Amino acid sequence: MREIQAGQITDVVERLCIEANQHLPKDVQEAIRTCRACEDWETAQGVLDKIIDNFEIADKEQVPICQDTGMACVFLEVGQDVHIAGGDLREAVDEGVRRGYEKGYLRKSVVKDPVRRGNTGDNTPAMLYTEIVPGEQIKITVGPKGFGSENMSAIRMFKPSAGLQGIKDFILETVETAGPNPCPPMVVGVGIGGTFDKAALLAKKALMRPIDEPNPDPYYADLEKEMLEKVNQLGVGPQGFGGRTTAIGLNIETMPTHIAGMPCAINISCHVTRHKTEVI
Amino acid sequence: MEKHITLPLTEELAKTLKCGDTVYLTGTVYTSRDAGHKRMCEALARGEQIPFDPKDATIYYVGPTPAKPGQVIGSAGPTTSGRMDAYAPTMMSVGARGMIGKGARLPEVVEAMKKYSGVYFGAIGGAGALLAKCIKKAELIAYEDLGAEALRRLYVEEFPVVVIIDCEGNNLYENGRAEYLASKRK
Repeated sequence: MREIQAGQITDVVERLCIEANQHLPKDVQEAIRTCRACEDWETAQGVLDKIIDNFEIADKEQVPICQDTGMACVFLEVGQDVHIAGGDLREAVDEGVRRGYEKGYLRKSVVKDPVRRGNTGDNTPAMLYTEIVPGEQIKITVGPKGFGSENMSAIRMFKPSAGLQGIKDFILETVETAGPNPCPPMVVGVGIGGTFDKAALLAKKALMRPIDEPNPDPYYADLEKEMLEKVNQLGVGPQGFGGRTTAIGLNIETMPTHIAGMPCAINISCHVTRHKTEVI
Repeated sequence: MEKHITLPLTEELAKTLKCGDTVYLTGTVYTSRDAGHKRMCEALARGEQIPFDPKDATIYYVGPTPAKPGQVIGSAGPTTSGRMDAYAPTMMSVGARGMIGKGARLPEVVEAMKKYSGVYFGAIGGAGALLAKCIKKAELIAYEDLGAEALRRLYVEEFPVVVIIDCEGNNLYENGRAEYLASKRK
C-alpha cells in the first residue's frame, strides 16, 4: 500500500491544466506540419501557416493556444494499492482545476446549470473519470476540451446489420455536417461498442491517444488510415475554406457490445487537440 | 483579393468587399457572444439603447482569456457564429454591419445581410494567441458580470480576416470547397 496525498494530485492537475493549454502536443504539431507539406490548395496553405504561427507563439510566450481553454476533462487511473490521504479526491481534482485556470490566466467557461446557466467562475467542476487499475501509481491525464468542436459530435445506436459500412458512412456524414464549425483541421475520435455511455467515453478517450499511435489491432489501424484518407477527400479544408486538410488525425477505440447492437460515437476535436499526462 | 480597410464599416465600404477577399481591419470592433447578444436584443425589444452605437459597427464573436500582466488582452480567437444567428438579424436592423466569427450561418442571417448590406468575416478559429497580437486596446464597456462574455470595445490594427459571406450572399464555405473539389476532378 502506497500513500499519496490529495494535495499532490491537486498540484499535478493545476500544472497539467496550464501546460496543456499553452503547449500543443508534439504529435499534433507534427501532424499539422506534415499536412501543410502535403497541402496543394493555396488558401489552405495560408491558413495552416497561420495555425503553425499560432501554436509557436503560444508555446514561446506561454499563453493559451486558443481562447476556449475548455472544460477540464480529467482521467485518473488509480492503482488499487494506492491510498489517497489528506482529502477528498473529487475536491482535490477540482481545486487543481480552480488553481490552474486562475494562475494560468485561462478562461472560465463552465456554467453551473445546463438550462438556467450562470458561470461557476472557476471552471469547475472537472469532467472526472476514475478507473481502478493494478499497481501503486496514479496516472493523471488532463484534456481541456473546447466546445466549438464538442458541439459537432454525434452518437448513433446502429443495428448490427448496418455493419462496417454503416460506421464508415456515419463518420463521413458527421465530419461533413460539422464542416467549418469545429475549427478544422479536426481530430476525429471514434468509439465503437459498449453501451450508449461507454461508446461516448471511448470516443473521448480516442482523442487522448496520440494521433501518431495507431490502434494496436491491425484491423482498426487500417480502418483509421482508410477513414482519415476518405475524410480528407471531402474538400472541407482548413477552416472550411476548401482544401485537402480536413482532419489531421482519426483514432478509433472499441470494446465488446451486446448481440443486439453496435453503438458508435464520434467526438470531434479541433486543431488545438490538447492533452497532457503525468504519473505520480 | 487582399484589402486593408479602416472601420467603421459603412454601406459603401461593405459593398466593395467580396466573398474570398483577405481583409486586414483597422479600427474599433465590439466583442459579444451568446449571453451579451441575448441581453442586447432584450434591451432593444424593450425599446432601450444598447451599450454602444450600433451604426456601421462590427461585432467580434469572442470570449477572450484573461490578460496576463502586461498584455492588452488574453488569447482572442473567434467563437462559433451560429449561436448568434438568433440575434444577428436584430443587430443588423439597428445598424450593425460587420460580424467576425467562424462557422456556418443560417439562411435568415444571409437574407438580413443582403437587406442591410452586412458582411460576415471569418477569423482563424483556434488562433487566439496570434490574433491577440493585432488587438492594441481593450476596454470593458458593459455586462461585466458575464466574465469572458462581457462587452468590450477593442481597437485592432491589421486584424486578418477573410470575407466568408458578402452582402450579396456569396458564401466562401460553399464556393471554396466546390472550387477545390472541381480542381481535383480535372
